Amino acid sequence: MSAVEPHGRRPRHLTIGRIGIYAFLITAALFFLLPLWIMIVTSLKPMDEIRLGNIVALPTAPTFEAWTKAWSSACTGLECNGISVGFWNSVRILIPSVVLSIAAGAINGYALSFWRVKGANLMFGILLLGAFIPYQVFLYPLVRIFSMTGVYNSLLCIVLVHVIFGLPTMTLLFRNYYAGLPLELFKAARIDGGGFWTIFLRVILPMSTPMIVVASILQVTGIWNDFIFGLTFAGRENLPMTVQLNNIVHSTQGERAYNVDMAATMLAALVPLVVYFVSGRWFVRGIAAGAVKG
Amino acid sequence: MSAVSVRDVTVAFEAFRVFDGLSLDIEEGEFIVLLGPSGCGKSTLLNAIAGLLDVSSGQIWIGGRNVTWEEPKDRGIAMVFQSYALYPRMSVRQNMSFGLKMAKTPKAEIARRVHQAAELLQISHLLDRRPDQLSGGQRQRVAIGRALVRDAAVFLFDEPLSNLDAKLRNELRVEIKRLHARLGKTTMVYVTHDQIEAMTLADRIVVLKEQKVQQIGSPDEIYRRPANLFVAGFVGSPQMNFIKGRIEGSGTGPEFVSGQRRLPLAEYRFVSKPRPGQQVVLGVRPEHLEIAEAGTWPGFKIDIVEPMGADMVIWCSDGEGSIQVRTHGSRRATPGTPLTLGVDVGQVSLFSAETGERI
Repeated sequence: MSAVEPHGRRPRHLTIGRIGIYAFLITAALFFLLPLWIMIVTSLKPMDEIRLGNIVALPTAPTFEAWTKAWSSACTGLECNGISVGFWNSVRILIPSVVLSIAAGAINGYALSFWRVKGANLMFGILLLGAFIPYQVFLYPLVRIFSMTGVYNSLLCIVLVHVIFGLPTMTLLFRNYYAGLPLELFKAARIDGGGFWTIFLRVILPMSTPMIVVASILQVTGIWNDFIFGLTFAGRENLPMTVQLNNIVHSTQGERAYNVDMAATMLAALVPLVVYFVSGRWFVRGIAAGAVKG
Repeated sequence: MSAVSVRDVTVAFEAFRVFDGLSLDIEEGEFIVLLGPSGCGKSTLLNAIAGLLDVSSGQIWIGGRNVTWEEPKDRGIAMVFQSYALYPRMSVRQNMSFGLKMAKTPKAEIARRVHQAAELLQISHLLDRRPDQLSGGQRQRVAIGRALVRDAAVFLFDEPLSNLDAKLRNELRVEIKRLHARLGKTTMVYVTHDQIEAMTLADRIVVLKEQKVQQIGSPDEIYRRPANLFVAGFVGSPQMNFIKGRIEGSGTGPEFVSGQRRLPLAEYRFVSKPRPGQQVVLGVRPEHLEIAEAGTWPGFKIDIVEPMGADMVIWCSDGEGSIQVRTHGSRRATPGTPLTLGVDVGQVSLFSAETGERI
């Protein structure tokens, strides 16, 4: 055997360890992809085909009938207007909640990291503590407070709840991001004569785009997926999509319409799904930013 | 009337006192350099003057006005930072006009001042770029420009050249000095840990260590007559040679004695009267030692030679300790060669071994 003179790129060999890693990765991917596959194919089949029981098989004659039904005429209890009502409710809850909670978090983070308010660390500590207390503890007191103040069961109520519960995470996120910006920038702006709001709006906020994107992803997915707050605080008129989905799946007359259930679920999952696909890289970055820095 | 006056100022973070009753007067048009190692409090002092940091007690006066409680923008100051601190989302022009806009200056006046400052700093062609499209040197020029348009009476520099490479640092150093000369009556307070910057730029240097003023004086005074061992060792490169010894009285006057090395001190200008037998440290700058045929101290041998082009540093020892000598770059020196050193008494410094103070 003649020794090969090493030159150029080092040759890579497929080792047993490497095969093991790939096998594990593929299994893990299948584990998470299979349910999605089944849901999509089932939602595209008519009930006759579903009854045959080949849940993994492709539909022989794909139809969007179940999707249309789920969107506009499936029954959520007594009414039969489909999940579209819930979709628009969710959008109406989502937009003000996301905008307000991010704004509040950014202002909080800015004040905490640049203005060195007296007792800032204590306040931040208390806020963080809030993030670790289970939500269920707050439900009853909040219901009492809101019904006493007369905002219970309204859009305002559910938006307020989302803003309040988003505050610890949003503040943490922005505070950590701002802690990484050079303090000298803030000093320069103060010498230039900027006040609290001018410096925030003209200097700090324009630099916050990455964190605003990350915070939006977190809040959009979090608020869209929320069930218990929506059920508790939104009131009958404003029930979000998740609650209506639950109603569709659980109010069946006669045969269970699996294809409609699957289509409705896919419709409800669409927004977070799109957000994840479009912004996967940013999402990971946001989690890292929130978790690593203290 | 002094341009900036720090009167008995104490700065404290929680229980930790950074300064305890520090006072400093800076004349109008003066270039003052605050020099010291990191952690000596020089930046804290600058921030206190700027109003970016509240003082716990004492007063700060700028231009004859007590500004202790005033906001940074109302103090008539401009500041340049080590990290440039340019607003990243604004163009150079917007960066330079931001402060004036905040002060509601008329548009035509803003344009005039920005134009003028840009001309002066030769950054006119960069006005529409964003900071991330500029090199380090250009960024710091813009930062200086941003300070310039404020038309301030006092300029504060916080290690403005420390982030630049050696060549750019030298260029901008000269430019800052030229700027000071051209602006005439503008007072500059400049913080640095680089003794070359301090020596080249300053009218007066304030040497700080551990939050205490060690010496205030012209670069020449600081260099030739350092007030204590710290100043002597901090300023000057290569470092001053320190030789431990004692004072002995003899018929012709006091004499410095360290082992075999002796040095008559008849021509030395004492600050305080030395006691015979007193333990002292003799400080001699490398360039004040001479390689002589009939020198003061014989018996040295060359250890190492460091050629630096224009001059060279020769490390030599006589078994009692190593001494650096600075000499012409053209001299031939080979390690191992015996050597005799000549000492110029007029140029040495003597410090008390006990207190480190000059005697």
